[in-house]
Amino acid sequence: MSVRIRVNGVEKTLDVDPEMPLLWALRDVLGLTGTKYGCGQALCGACTVHLDGQVVRACVTPVRRADGHAVTTIEGLAPEGSHPLQRAWVELGVPQCGFCQAGQIMTAAALLKAKPKPSDDEIDQSMAGNLCRCGAYPRIRAAIRKAAGMPEGER
Amino acid sequence: MHQRLLPFAVAFVLAGCGNPTADGPKGPTALRKVAPNELRAPSDFASIEDTRERSRALFLEASRVFTHPRCVNCHPNGDIPHQGMNMQLHDPPSVRGPDNHGVVGMECTSCHQDKNQELSRVPGAPHWALAPIEMAWVGKSPRQICEQIKDPKRNGGKALAAIVEHNAHDALVGWGWHPGADREPVPGTQEQFGAIVAAWAESGAECPAEGARP
Ligand code: FES
Ligand code: FES
Repeated sequence: MSVRIRVNGVEKTLDVDPEMPLLWALRDVLGLTGTKYGCGQALCGACTVHLDGQVVRACVTPVRRADGHAVTTIEGLAPEGSHPLQRAWVELGVPQCGFCQAGQIMTAAALLKAKPKPSDDEIDQSMAGNLCRCGAYPRIRAAIRKAAGMPEGER
Repeated sequence: MHQRLLPFAVAFVLAGCGNPTADGPKGPTALRKVAPNELRAPSDFASIEDTRERSRALFLEASRVFTHPRCVNCHPNGDIPHQGMNMQLHDPPSVRGPDNHGVVGMECTSCHQDKNQELSRVPGAPHWALAPIEMAWVGKSPRQICEQIKDPKRNGGKALAAIVEHNAHDALVGWGWHPGADREPVPGTQEQFGAIVAAWAESGAECPAEGARP
């Protein structure tokens, strides 16, 4: 079956098994390796992308669900990596190993779009599905607050 | 002992002490014996002559499905879904959110698809979401669930016929019989369950006594 997806603003037609996880299509077929494979079971958030603006775990999303829809990956979040979250991430040196960070930023971007000034509770609830084995959580939260134009708080 | 089992154990002990089983179905032992994964058919209740009593017995049979963890887990009495036969809190941590579909970044459908995912074992069905808080079943007795189901203020404004239809055909309800992976399904089939609920409605939609258990 061929699947048509608008990936980071560009129309793509993929000739793949409709049940192929979207993550495979992005990484192995389209070469967009910014989105990471962590657990493959919707448990870690490393594979987070946006489907029509909604956060989905690409590792468990069959590519057929994206047929006729728009997918945004970390590569397409902002030209030149200039999204306020990406700038805050760099300024605060958020990543440790970095493996989880594309997923963290994609979830945070959806959060700030829906709630431009989230409370700490709202940040924690929305980010709860994005694990960081390096434990960069305090810096992640501080960078979200910074990108939202709020005091960074403790980190 | 697990908290969920406690009320059942208490009811069992009371019955064992020769306490009256209130107005619960008389002599449930008279019903055809079935395996835990089977549901009885409406015809199994034909021998209960009193219509109201038969209706109560039919609901108790249906409650074997309603009170199964597979169903109850997504009818939490708080803001966190449950999971598993031990009804543990949902992991990864997720919350009800403003419309029972989670919060931004952690929507139910961020992970759950329209059908079970075989390789990742993530369960799925159309419209995956929590039941509204007024439909909470965790910790509820069959009678309390019965009263909730009949109450349009707490059942999404549904008339009895719509309740029957929903239970007999809704795809998310139907997931209980096809939970995927190694998850234990609820007893019987959705068709058999629909028949029991329909027979309960036709016989007056009576609710069992508070202490009654299937
Ligand atoms: S790789 Fe998708 S959630 Fe872990
Ligand atoms: S920075 Fe290493 S897992 Fe998050």
